[in-house]
Amino acid sequence: MAGPGVKSSYWRGLRDGLPFLLVIVPFATLFGVLADDAGLNAAEALGFSVAVIAGAAQFTALQLMQDHAPLIVVLASSLAVNLRMAMYSASLTPHLGHLPLWKRGIAAYFLIDQSYALGIIKFEKDRELSQAERFAYFIGTVSGICPFWYIFTVVGALVGSNIPMNTGLDFAMPIAFIALVGPGLRTGAHMSAAFVASASALLFAFLPYNLGLLVAAVLGMAAGAEVERRWGAPA
Amino acid sequence: MIDRVDLWTVIIGLGIGSFGLRFVFLGLVGDRPLPAWLMRHLRYTAVSVLPALVMPLIVWPTATGGETDPVRLAAAAVALAVGYFARNPLLAMVVGAAVLVAGGYWVS
Repeated sequence: MAGPGVKSSYWRGLRDGLPFLLVIVPFATLFGVLADDAGLNAAEALGFSVAVIAGAAQFTALQLMQDHAPLIVVLASSLAVNLRMAMYSASLTPHLGHLPLWKRGIAAYFLIDQSYALGIIKFEKDRELSQAERFAYFIGTVSGICPFWYIFTVVGALVGSNIPMNTGLDFAMPIAFIALVGPGLRTGAHMSAAFVASASALLFAFLPYNLGLLVAAVLGMAAGAEVERRWGAPA
Repeated sequence: MIDRVDLWTVIIGLGIGSFGLRFVFLGLVGDRPLPAWLMRHLRYTAVSVLPALVMPLIVWPTATGGETDPVRLAAAAVALAVGYFARNPLLAMVVGAAVLVAGGYWVS
């Protein structure tokens, strides 16, 4: 076995995931507070966070329900925000697709922005990892994050608006994601993808239901693929 | 007040739908090989989705009511640069956050 072993892969994942608590804790708390404002009790807020584990989609659903949007609109818009998860799922399939079905089911449940981004960076860099080591790393990344996502949703819902929400916190999520993009810009193709996606996201921001994100993501991926096709495979 | 039946319909529906989206390729495609053209696109998922997700938030932050804020732009640019050159997401996050906090004091 050339790989680092299952246990050490797990701990490595856990360690790589922990810094994201700086984002997850305030984000989960904020969701709890907003859920409380919307009249949800702690159990209902927790139900949301356990069933969905996707902040952006949860905020969207809560907002639309408060605006008394029709149920079908609430579901469609929130799922549109989460469509990127299907792209993540496809992108991870070459790395985790050989696992037994139940492990793929668990990985799917815990597929969030952070575990995807950390996982894909790791799997593309360390090619010698076994299937079991990859799964251990992936589960490691979420085992430090997800419990706090649940716990602080409840904390937010219980404490409610008594928590002062520092305005700088709104920017924790963008900074954390941008920090993940930098190391991923390995080739000209990656940079083209990021540039086209960024410009398109601004250009198509007017589209309803967060569809601008999807249009921008598809255009970015197409740009990366086209650059790769013309000027060669990534290093 | 949100209706309780509506609320749980959304929670359960969104939960099942989200799991479906996450499971669709990982679970249903599994170890069957994907076509080369699709693989070529999927290699750029992370570097496309993440910037597209945050770019509007960076340029038009919610906290400022959508008004472009030089401090937030600088923090994002620094986080990107540190991430790119140092290849270290954690360092990029910390430096980006430091710029945001320092810039906040400096401007106000």
